[in-house]
Amino acid sequence: MAIIKMEQVVKKFGAFRALDGIDLTVNPGEIYGFIGPNGAGKTTAIRILLGILRATGGKAAIFGRDAWAEAVEIHKQVAYVPGEVNLWPNLTGGEVIDLFVRLRRVANKNRREELIERFALDPSKRCGTYSKGNRQKVALIAAFASDAELYILDEPTSGLDPLMEQVFQECIQEVREAGKSVLLSSHILSEVERLCDRLSIIRRGKIIETGTMEELRHLTRTNVVVQTAEPIQSLQEIAGVHDLKINGEEVCFSVDSERIGAVIKYISRFEILSLQSTPPTLEDLFIHHYRDEGG
Amino acid sequence: MRDYFAKTSLLAKFALRRERLRIPIWIVSIVSISMAVACSFPGLYPPGPERGILAKTLENPAIVAMIGPNYGRGDYHLGAVMAHQMLLFTAIAVGIMNILLAVSHTRRDEERGRIEVVRALPVGRLSSAGAALLVLSFANIAIAVSTASLLGLLGLEGLDWPGSCLYGAALGVSGIFFATATVLIAQLTETSRAALGLSFSLLGLSYLLRAIGDVSSEALALISPLGLILRTQAYVNNYWWPVLIMLAVSILFVLLAFRLNMIRDLGAGFITAKPGRKTAPPYLRNPLGLALRLQRTTIIGWAGGLFILGVSYGSVFGEIDAFFESSDILGLLLPGTAGFSLTEQFTTTLLAVMTMIGMIPVLIAILRLKSEEQQNRTEHFLARAVSRLTLMGSYLIVSLSISILAPFVSVLGLWTAGSSVMAEPLDLKWLLKGGFSYLPVVWIMIGAAAVLIGFIPRFANFIWLHLGYTFFVIYLGGLLHLPNWMRKLTPFGYIPDVPLETLGVVRAAILIVMAVILILLGLAGYRRRDVYG
Ligand SMILES: Nc1ncnc2c1ncn2[C@@H]1O[C@H](COP(=O)(O)OP(=O)(O)OP(=O)(O)O)[C@@H](O)[C@H]1O
Ligand SMILES: [Mg+2]
Repeated sequence: MAIIKMEQVVKKFGAFRALDGIDLTVNPGEIYGFIGPNGAGKTTAIRILLGILRATGGKAAIFGRDAWAEAVEIHKQVAYVPGEVNLWPNLTGGEVIDLFVRLRRVANKNRREELIERFALDPSKRCGTYSKGNRQKVALIAAFASDAELYILDEPTSGLDPLMEQVFQECIQEVREAGKSVLLSSHILSEVERLCDRLSIIRRGKIIETGTMEELRHLTRTNVVVQTAEPIQSLQEIAGVHDLKINGEEVCFSVDSERIGAVIKYISRFEILSLQSTPPTLEDLFIHHYRDEGG
Repeated sequence: MRDYFAKTSLLAKFALRRERLRIPIWIVSIVSISMAVACSFPGLYPPGPERGILAKTLENPAIVAMIGPNYGRGDYHLGAVMAHQMLLFTAIAVGIMNILLAVSHTRRDEERGRIEVVRALPVGRLSSAGAALLVLSFANIAIAVSTASLLGLLGLEGLDWPGSCLYGAALGVSGIFFATATVLIAQLTETSRAALGLSFSLLGLSYLLRAIGDVSSEALALISPLGLILRTQAYVNNYWWPVLIMLAVSILFVLLAFRLNMIRDLGAGFITAKPGRKTAPPYLRNPLGLALRLQRTTIIGWAGGLFILGVSYGSVFGEIDAFFESSDILGLLLPGTAGFSLTEQFTTTLLAVMTMIGMIPVLIAILRLKSEEQQNRTEHFLARAVSRLTLMGSYLIVSLSISILAPFVSVLGLWTAGSSVMAEPLDLKWLLKGGFSYLPVVWIMIGAAAVLIGFIPRFANFIWLHLGYTFFVIYLGGLLHLPNWMRKLTPFGYIPDVPLETLGVVRAAILIVMAVILILLGLAGYRRRDVYG
């Protein structure tokens, strides 16, 4: 059974369709990436999953239960970290962590201390005086200190320094090893690339691509830099070759992933001296989708 | 020096734009209520010997404590009536307006990071505070000028131009006083909540000092800005010196505020918080614990304040007795409810007033749920295993508890002070019963707030408007002979004159059922709607 299942979810704010028929499935044990440009609808989708917003249409379920109607029951097994963590200025970080952990009723004192140590947080400071990253740490510690089945993280690392980013990634690995599921929305694409098993790209309230990194790579082009003994003839006429550039000896172009075999075969006729091919990064992918479909 | 105020006028224009609705609404309501009341006077106080008698009865300490001293002793013409019955309350309303606006343009903007963005632009260090003061001065001058000219234009008997000008100026300068005092306080505290709390405490203290001072000590009344402003004796002797003193003090406040603003860091205050505990206390384990923890200071502060309010009113009781002993004729002249002394009748008004003031923390407690949502803090609960019923229920419980605590402490204060000054002390049980008789309508107000939060949270603050209306009708209704239907527009109008009369079981039951229905409706609405954070 899927951990998260969204089917044709629509959310309207007045006349504006923030979500326009979203389908999304997260399977058990999966780390699922959720990316998209600003204002695409990631946070809205997550808030519907959490039963904070009510979907205008479609079905959203977690653990097979309705996200709106059974929110409380579902949340016993869910940990959430919002992108913008607003805390009570006159409570300390330690107090807030305790409060959040207690709301779940399974307290793990050692885990709390360990995480406070790992994230290097001073729990005696008042939240009003915390920096953005430190407020985020409070939410992260509270989330990882609770043994949840599903972690929903909305840009959880947007304020963390590289060291803390690493601690965060370790925590996700631990969660993965424990067989839990994660829905991770993020703008840090290298993080998504490294952590996620599958991902979806959302734009203007619609999912425009879903799959594993490998599958998505196939949808775009590979960058190739090649040097040959003889000049390559009429390369631009070969199907699947794009953005051809010739800098003296060096020829750069990109090629559609499904045509790569044929193209290499063709240029090998001109005696290859060196060849570099770089698979598209998630960033390329993202920009590709963002540009291509009408920007 | 110039650099400190760079671009102040531009910021002031921007601030005015932000307030293009709020400031005009305040000004129009304050001025039009003054006008409406002034226009009602000719019908209420026709010339004749009754006026003189009425003026004498209004010198009784109970009334003086409530509305201030009567300076129109010789001739209680309409100007004297206006200054006596309306100046204090209008000045308080102007004070409230200034406190709210001043905090929102200084400490609240700073707390939410809005001043930081502005400061990063080529604007002066004092420009934000300067702009806030400029806008508020403008609003207060508008109130002063429009009140003065409209009152003068009415051309009613006794409402002459010199008096009207002073009356308007007195209002304007009260506003400026509370605006500058609040801007100064906003430099001291670290949060806008604390700034609001301290500023309103100052207003409350001014009222209490004046109440006690007007009855028993001129010096005490002069310390209070509200007492001072009544010393203008507008329309009677037209003294301008209190206005000048208030202005001078305000200028002092401004200089001090600017100085503090200069030397402090952005976002910092002078009253700083000490480092807190590393772990949460045991009771902080659910939304109820948090709601209590967040409002602890507010609750304690209000409990103390309400007790002092009761004590202040109670201390007047002795004076009332003395007043009537000294003039037998007056006692005979005063129309009274058969079988009750004036002290007892005064108690009726006091209980109503204390209940309405006690409503303030009750409403603050329930409206906190809305401000938590505005600041994206309820999602921490709703994303965890907390139902919306539990969440709103927690705030309801706090609010309902305060509604029971409030009459208890204020009545206790009244009784403590009253018994110590009266020959024949009041019966505590009788007083408490009277105080608690208002509970059903207080609960209806809680229910109304819950309905607003549950369905149209953006308009939740409208409940304050209703409380303001209630205050106007109940406090001044008798004096101004407002029509009865105006009383019936507020739930308070359905409570008889407790403790002299009793709230019948049937009526109490109906009111409670209405309160329960409203609360349930609010919960149902909150359960169904989108939460925005
Ligand atoms: N309460 C609301 N009323 C009206 N429109 C809203 C509301 N909340 C969100 N929106 C709109 O819905 C769209 C999706 O917003 P959402 O916050 O889900 O974006 P996001 O993908 O999380 O963006 P980001 O990457 O910037 O966090 C935006 O265009 C936003 O303006
Ligand atoms: Mg977002």
